Amino acid sequence: MSEHKEISKPVVDGIVSDALAKIQATTDLAELKAVKPQTIGEGSAFASLSSSLGKLPADQKATAGKLITEARVLLNQAFTEREAEFYSVEQQAKLEAERVDITAAPLTQVFGARHPLSLLQDEISDIFVGMGWEIAEGPEVESEWFNFDALNFDADHPARAMQDTFFIEPVEQHLVLRTHTSPVQVRSLLERDLPVYVLCPGRVFRTDELDATHTPVFHQVEGLAVDKGLTMADLKGTLEHFARIMFGDDAKIRLRPSFFPFTEPSAELDVWHPGAKGGARWVEWGGCGMVNPNVLKAAGVDPEVYTGFAFGMGIERTLMFRNDVIDMHDMVEADVRFSQQFGGVL
Amino acid sequence: MRVPLSWLGEYVTLPANATADSVMAELVKIGLEEEGSHSFDLQGPIVVGEVLEFVEEAQSNGKTIRWCQVRVAKDGESSVRGIVCGASNFEVGDKVVVTLPGAVLPGDFKIAARSTYGHTSDGMIASGRELGLSDDHDGILLLKNLGLDPEVGTDALELLALNDSAAEVNVTPDRGYCFSIRGIAREYSHASGARFTDPISRINPVLGTGFAVGITDQEPIRGKHGVIKFVTRVVRNIDATAPTPTWMVSRLKLAGMRSISVVVDITNYVMLELGQPIHAYDLDKLGSGFGVRRASNSEKITTLDGAERTLSSEDLVIIDTSGPIGIAGVMGGASTEVSSSTKNVLIESANFDGVSIARSARRHKLPSEASKRFERGVDPKVAEYAAARVVQLLEELTGAKADELGSFFDSSATPATIFLPNDFAKSLTGVSYSPEDIDETLRAIGCVVATVSDGFEVIPPSWRPDLTHKTDLVEEVARITGYEQIPSRLPVAPPGRGLTRKQKLKRIVSNTLAFTGHTEVLNYPFLTAEQNSYFHAADFKRVVLANAMQESSNELRLSLLPGLIDAAKRNASRTLVDLALFEIGLVFLPATSNATVELPAGNVLPSQAELQRLQDSIPLQPLTLAALFMGDRVGQQVGRKSIKSSYADAISLVRNIANVLSVELVIEQAEPQGFHPGRSAVIKTVDGVKLGFAGELNPELTAQNDLPRQVSVVEINLDVLFDAVPATVSATAIHTFPAATQDLSLVMDQNVSAAEVLNVIRVSCGELLEDVVLVDDYRGGNLEANQKSLTFALRFRAQDRTLTQVEASEARDKAVSEANRLFGATLRA
Repeated sequence: MSEHKEISKPVVDGIVSDALAKIQATTDLAELKAVKPQTIGEGSAFASLSSSLGKLPADQKATAGKLITEARVLLNQAFTEREAEFYSVEQQAKLEAERVDITAAPLTQVFGARHPLSLLQDEISDIFVGMGWEIAEGPEVESEWFNFDALNFDADHPARAMQDTFFIEPVEQHLVLRTHTSPVQVRSLLERDLPVYVLCPGRVFRTDELDATHTPVFHQVEGLAVDKGLTMADLKGTLEHFARIMFGDDAKIRLRPSFFPFTEPSAELDVWHPGAKGGARWVEWGGCGMVNPNVLKAAGVDPEVYTGFAFGMGIERTLMFRNDVIDMHDMVEADVRFSQQFGGVL
Repeated sequence: MRVPLSWLGEYVTLPANATADSVMAELVKIGLEEEGSHSFDLQGPIVVGEVLEFVEEAQSNGKTIRWCQVRVAKDGESSVRGIVCGASNFEVGDKVVVTLPGAVLPGDFKIAARSTYGHTSDGMIASGRELGLSDDHDGILLLKNLGLDPEVGTDALELLALNDSAAEVNVTPDRGYCFSIRGIAREYSHASGARFTDPISRINPVLGTGFAVGITDQEPIRGKHGVIKFVTRVVRNIDATAPTPTWMVSRLKLAGMRSISVVVDITNYVMLELGQPIHAYDLDKLGSGFGVRRASNSEKITTLDGAERTLSSEDLVIIDTSGPIGIAGVMGGASTEVSSSTKNVLIESANFDGVSIARSARRHKLPSEASKRFERGVDPKVAEYAAARVVQLLEELTGAKADELGSFFDSSATPATIFLPNDFAKSLTGVSYSPEDIDETLRAIGCVVATVSDGFEVIPPSWRPDLTHKTDLVEEVARITGYEQIPSRLPVAPPGRGLTRKQKLKRIVSNTLAFTGHTEVLNYPFLTAEQNSYFHAADFKRVVLANAMQESSNELRLSLLPGLIDAAKRNASRTLVDLALFEIGLVFLPATSNATVELPAGNVLPSQAELQRLQDSIPLQPLTLAALFMGDRVGQQVGRKSIKSSYADAISLVRNIANVLSVELVIEQAEPQGFHPGRSAVIKTVDGVKLGFAGELNPELTAQNDLPRQVSVVEINLDVLFDAVPATVSATAIHTFPAATQDLSLVMDQNVSAAEVLNVIRVSCGELLEDVVLVDDYRGGNLEANQKSLTFALRFRAQDRTLTQVEASEARDKAVSEANRLFGATLRA
């Protein structure tokens, strides 16, 4: 049985300040843990205060109880604070030990890339899809009828001669590698209900030797709109809108008279490229015009009721002057560095 | 078409300061695209000199030079210069062209006084080639040979018309008339408003008669008579050795033609001026029976270029009793060619059907200045004017005299009248042209226009065979008044449906591959027969090009893989050896039908049956994905070893794509051609439809292509894959009761495939099994030689309760006994 103690403020304060000094004297969590029984645990001076409390006369109990409770709160708080201090120091040491050179972080996955010609086709497609147009596609080996006859190329048109077109054996089958994306115009008109607003991106073929600006295999994007009341003004408005999205708000377009069998009137399309390397300038971009009535007739559309416009441009050429590609070889040689430099944006 | 400005200026008023560039700037406005400018590229002082004396001096290098004293000015200081000349074709007293110090010749060749052969040469005596006038470099240019005797000191640039320049424009196929000074002058007048004088208004078309010409066409092409017009004139007593005047030489040269002889030069000159091809025959070499007909098959002719050609019954030929003496409109024959000894000529100024000439030119691979014009249409009205112009020039320049003899055949028709309704131009262009604008513009381009109540009756001019429809007239109105007048309006398309399902899926696949470390390439589809046989049987039918650019690569690809192998080779040659390439594109398989196809007409809707026949004739071209892995998949880095690429990358790609498209695919061990027989798989849909293959390439194939032994590839048909994609993905509820996990190690024969075991586990564990992953394939150790141990991690979960380990074990045990029944598998001790 421990000695009965007087419970007065000086006594309690004395016990508390002893205990606080012990807590303060600890240097790590282990020591702190060790001093806990001596300061607040059973057998400690503080614990004997609590046991004395029960033996006090009833009229002193309230005052003494309050003193003890206050002391316990104080001591517990001191423990918690000291503990937090040690924990924080320990954590910091641990984190410091875990420090790495973050700039030497390894890649957990290798980078890939789409070909910029594919990205550009998607980007152009999205512009027109945003305008309510649809994307149409067709075969690369195509019947001469779709590639030429239906597009108002006379059977004896020079463009049908061997020098431009890849023909498939036997030539009596009348198959060619399509020389332009225009056959998709006729296919779209045959397959869809009027009005038709379609964009046809795709690969085309001509017997040109590969050099800095030519390749026998290249890409085009072709637009076709057939509706009641369309005029060249609609063509111009569409191309202007397209040019501004592709080349910025300061872009503008210019039409120059030209000739294509499948359009009449026909025009060459120049674009004012505000961001051109070396300064803003006019750049030849493509061809366009009002759909020739013979093309509409080939697709069973009455040219007295419907009119249409069409335009087409080279994807390689667009990439060249939009993204400063200097040599066609880079686009066709499959060197991974070419695609990878673009990441996923143009 | 190259247009010398001095020539153009004869028929249209040019501003005094006109340059080739300013002329092109006008012409581009009305649709003649600029190609570039041409000049003799000479800078004076270049003057006429007279050789006063010379001394021949033998040189140590074996050459003999002449040390000349040349008078280059009438009087004054330095009027006589000492000039060293290597040529010996001149005599004392000859007038020559002297380029004096300060002059510049083509190629930025600056003339200066320079020491040579022991003298200071104070200028140079020029040859025809040095002046850019001709190819003649055998000696210096002697002005007497040009019939010239100018005063000493005369500016030679002016004298020889070497200060002229030419604009070159591209002529589109519909504007044949622009292959002439006449046509370009007319267009220039449209563009600039300058006054135009039609050259033919200055020519009196005298016709000769009485020269018999037999014109027949026993086999018209596409129903059209081959001869539209045929005019001949006889001209006698020509001095065929007379020099071509320098102004004509200069203009021909600037127009891109070489001076040959006065007679040939005149025919070329008139062709360039009026657009009418002309042929001159040596009349004395011509037999009787002159005329035109179709050749018979296997008839032969030797053309002017010396080649013997076998004719076809489609060739229109000029004949005499000896047979064909020329391919009409394409090239003359050698037997009646004019020469320096020619005295009398027959001039032919004819107009032939364009299609007939185009086919002959193509058949004989003889695109000529004449055929180019006929193909695009020559003004039928101009033939007799051109003949008269040739006669006039021959008389002026060679002292000849035209005969009364000649002939005139004309089957040309007046162009058909086109009705242009009042509002039609507006309905195509959006511009409100006034009736006066339309009337005036059409008249300006040469149409005869009659105003009727609701529009215009228009007869196009003879030189515009391209104007056959009212839309053609609208283009003329828009072109001449300027496209810049057309307003701008953005049309509103009806609500669209966005990208099609397949277009979206294709993007998902390519983006997934790009995001997971694959790089897209786009290869040419041209392969050799050998490349196409890497993955297909030698007798598998291919789509073959009739005119491949490289004769060996004349097949279209059956597979994307040979292209990727080439791409890998190219990258490897640039020290890019760690590759993950992919391509999405079409491959070319046989068509459903190989029946011969008759093409329907161009401007009418074919019947459904005809369209179906066309469609059936087209090779099948499925959208295909292929990828190739070589070298390291992930390179060595800080704290990580490199990971070599392998068949696993090919299989992973398939699984990744299947996952991203919500499709279940089946991967089965297989031995496809061109693949490693033990490390390859066939990919199928759950319905058993074959999609393609994945695995390692056969090492023989990689060795043959100089690639490392281990290259992995995959190729799948995306059309088939996309068809297997569910229209919508139906969601499964996510259950949240605690899961129970179990590991399972089974020992079995090595020939049992992991996929089969996985499948058995899935089926026998039933609904409680949420996930199962193969985590180990162990061989050796205490296992028998032909055995392996597969370890799976299983996760079980119930929808409605916390699962006990007992329940999980019961489910697992079902899988064990089923695997034991089917494969003899046992639990690993």
